[in-house]
Amino acid sequence: MRIVSTKLVVTLVAFAAFVAVGTAGGASGAGPTFVIAGASDPTYLDPALVSDGESFRATEQIFEGLVTLKPGSTLVRPSLATKWSSKNGKDWSFRLRHGVKFQDGTPFNAKAVCTNFNRQYNFRGPFQDSTANYYWQAVFYGYKHNDSSSLSKSLYKGCTAKGKYTAVIHLSVKSSSFLSALVISAFSIQSPTAMKKYGANKGELRNGTFYPTGSYAFSHPTGTGPFKFKSWTIGQKVELVRNDKYWGKKPRIGRVIIQPISNNTARVQALQSGEINGADLIQPQDVGTIKKNKNLKLLNRPSFNVAYVTINSSHAPFNKLAVRQAVAYGLDRAGVVKSFYAGRAQVAQEFMPPQLFGWTNKVPKYPYNPEKAKSLLRSAGLSLPVTVDFWYPTNISRPYMPRPDLNFQAFSNSLEKSGFKVVAHSAPWRPDYVKKVNDGTAGDLNMIGWTGDFGDPDNFVGTFFKVYHPQFGFRNAAIFKVLAQASAETNIKKRIALYQKANIMIMKFLPAVPYAHSQPALGMQKKVKGYVPSPVGTDPFAGVYYGGQ
Amino acid sequence: MLRYLVRRLLLLVPILFGVSLLIFFWIRALPGSPAESLLGERATPQLVQAYRHRYGLDEPIYKQYWAYLKTTAQGDLGVSVATRRRVTYEIKQRFPATVELAAAAMLFAITIGIPLGFLAAKKHGGFFDNASLVATLIGISIPIFFLAIILKYIFAIRLGWLPSVGRESITSEANHPTNFYILDAIIERDWAALGDSIKHLILPAIALGSIPLAVIARITRAATLDVQNEDYVRTARAKGLAPSTVDRRHVFRNALLPVTTIIGLQTGLLLSGAVLTETVFAWPGMGSWLRDAIFNRDYPVLQGGILFLAIVFVFVNLIVDLSYAIINPRIRYS
Repeated sequence: MRIVSTKLVVTLVAFAAFVAVGTAGGASGAGPTFVIAGASDPTYLDPALVSDGESFRATEQIFEGLVTLKPGSTLVRPSLATKWSSKNGKDWSFRLRHGVKFQDGTPFNAKAVCTNFNRQYNFRGPFQDSTANYYWQAVFYGYKHNDSSSLSKSLYKGCTAKGKYTAVIHLSVKSSSFLSALVISAFSIQSPTAMKKYGANKGELRNGTFYPTGSYAFSHPTGTGPFKFKSWTIGQKVELVRNDKYWGKKPRIGRVIIQPISNNTARVQALQSGEINGADLIQPQDVGTIKKNKNLKLLNRPSFNVAYVTINSSHAPFNKLAVRQAVAYGLDRAGVVKSFYAGRAQVAQEFMPPQLFGWTNKVPKYPYNPEKAKSLLRSAGLSLPVTVDFWYPTNISRPYMPRPDLNFQAFSNSLEKSGFKVVAHSAPWRPDYVKKVNDGTAGDLNMIGWTGDFGDPDNFVGTFFKVYHPQFGFRNAAIFKVLAQASAETNIKKRIALYQKANIMIMKFLPAVPYAHSQPALGMQKKVKGYVPSPVGTDPFAGVYYGGQ
Repeated sequence: MLRYLVRRLLLLVPILFGVSLLIFFWIRALPGSPAESLLGERATPQLVQAYRHRYGLDEPIYKQYWAYLKTTAQGDLGVSVATRRRVTYEIKQRFPATVELAAAAMLFAITIGIPLGFLAAKKHGGFFDNASLVATLIGISIPIFFLAIILKYIFAIRLGWLPSVGRESITSEANHPTNFYILDAIIERDWAALGDSIKHLILPAIALGSIPLAVIARITRAATLDVQNEDYVRTARAKGLAPSTVDRRHVFRNALLPVTTIIGLQTGLLLSGAVLTETVFAWPGMGSWLRDAIFNRDYPVLQGGILFLAIVFVFVNLIVDLSYAIINPRIRYS
């Protein structure tokens, strides 16, 4: 027995020693290195081939586009292009910045710009994969040679280098919205030399999945941005270092580390313990924890999303305007925003956030009014209650909809008080729910939303209502026409007027009911200064510094 | 012994064939496909259909299975739909992290669990025994997720002694030739990196090892109670052997046999990827990877990753079976 006890003591002492080794030292993370956590690894670092925020978080630091956003806003401002103009809305001339070099020493010029645009235009086969080259398809619709019948004729027609510092992009039809879209990291200008050297255009299908076979997208991304790629340890970190030859104001921090931490609680705890300097995607329930911590601060990402309840107009009786109006009056939107968004949202009155041009206060308003809803239903010749199939997603929290189940319960209650009988349906968000909503098979009503990709109304109302979508099930030629006109108009004043007109028409027709614009949050250590969250999620790190630095 | 080994290895073929069938059809029975997962709100019906067609997901299922079998037999586990990397590459990156965590958790469980169970049996019916029973019950019942968050709150946030995420400090520049960080630090004689890696292992290992610890302690206690009432133990005592010698030579060694089985099974489970622990501690291992693959309907990762883990599980069990002969020389394989 004595031996056993002795062994136990030895074991415990050994364990204590093990712990003691661990307790030496403290948490890391200060100095000229900025550590920020997102939710996952990038897909890869060739911005033309990705469409997710985690990839753009890194590529935004390495690369630059012709235009960019004014920090913290959706206003387009010069970047690699200093000026731009178009006389006919089809040929867009960009004057380029002089004296810029890529991080590998390749000069930046008009030829490089054309090489980049032509590269995507000429994508074939696996490179036309919608999950890889999403933004080209979303903005330019198609390629020089479309491999799929689902693709449309390309908006992009070609690019001409006029001398060293003027690039002209030719479009097949008039468009203005494309200019705002050029701020997306997917249209960044990459080093033609590095792309060629490291096989950026090499890729193949393996077991049904496209992947780049060159090393460019994994270990040699090369742009003109303020930070250079250093390393990527999968599941652990992407490391960038300052580009000391950057043409603009050089960053004050020497190194950026982007760490993937998928669990929301773990991300906040890492911030609390000081292992990271900043954390994105803070959930409303963690806002209080950060506010209470004297070493941390909360940053607000400008609202750039919309949560809405779809009304499928192809389903009777929702094909009647009075019934759709009854739904709008029957949804207690103010109550939901007040109760479930921790004070970080405002009630949406149309399908775009207020800071975007084209937003107007002149749209019809639908404050919660159960009696009015009932009277509208009766005026439509219906006997109460009117049965409605209402869908909501499970296993998901979106920035515009942190707790779908709670939103749904509140909306169900308010609809029941407004003459409806709600039949509840749910499905897991990925992939079932989204598919059903897009297919138009998620009942009469369903809850979903949208986060904008770039600062143009076309990315909101144009995405939803410019053409027929099974999700909404309506064909309103007048709405389709005004949105197409607005997208093509090159005069900004006329564009604004057209979008305001479109918003009023949409809110009169009510293909859906918008209810919230939420304000996502980031957590930072208090000593972090100069971090400006972008509405579209692509935050620049070049301005970051530490207090006293 | 050799014949037994060969027979067990041959049995791998039908087992792996069965596993491949199960995984393949189970994954496809799940609703949705990678296209909807990856595109999210942007998954229009046209894009989804184009995706399915391009990647052969609209082919008859037997054709898809045949294609999968052919490539797998050639050692090609495919490419991840989400990360666009070869599945074999990701396994090479992630499996060492899982092994390291599983080994640390099992070390913790054995180091505490066996002495705890043995001592409880020796103090049968007393305060220590009852206290250990309650403690192990808590160990089994407490959700790992909850335990992990509590541990992190105390040791990482309040006390600041230990890190809360990752395998090493994020600013570390240590070399990793094998991806087993402890081993790498020893090979490179980088003692700072060794301390750093151990520090990062402690909390996840305790969280993950809590259930095996409780199970091992309980089995050790039960086995010790059984063995110490055996005739040969009574005889040894009657012969006048010192109690410690009886405990060491006759009780402890015989009681270890069922404990070994449990350790083997628990190790197999730990190596299969600790989904919750890896997620909470942002540990870049197999568990968190497979969890993400389920959400993304990442067919190649699920097919390749689970098949690989099945092979690991079978081998761990084989090693456990073979270790019986070492622990108890009376056991012979034929």
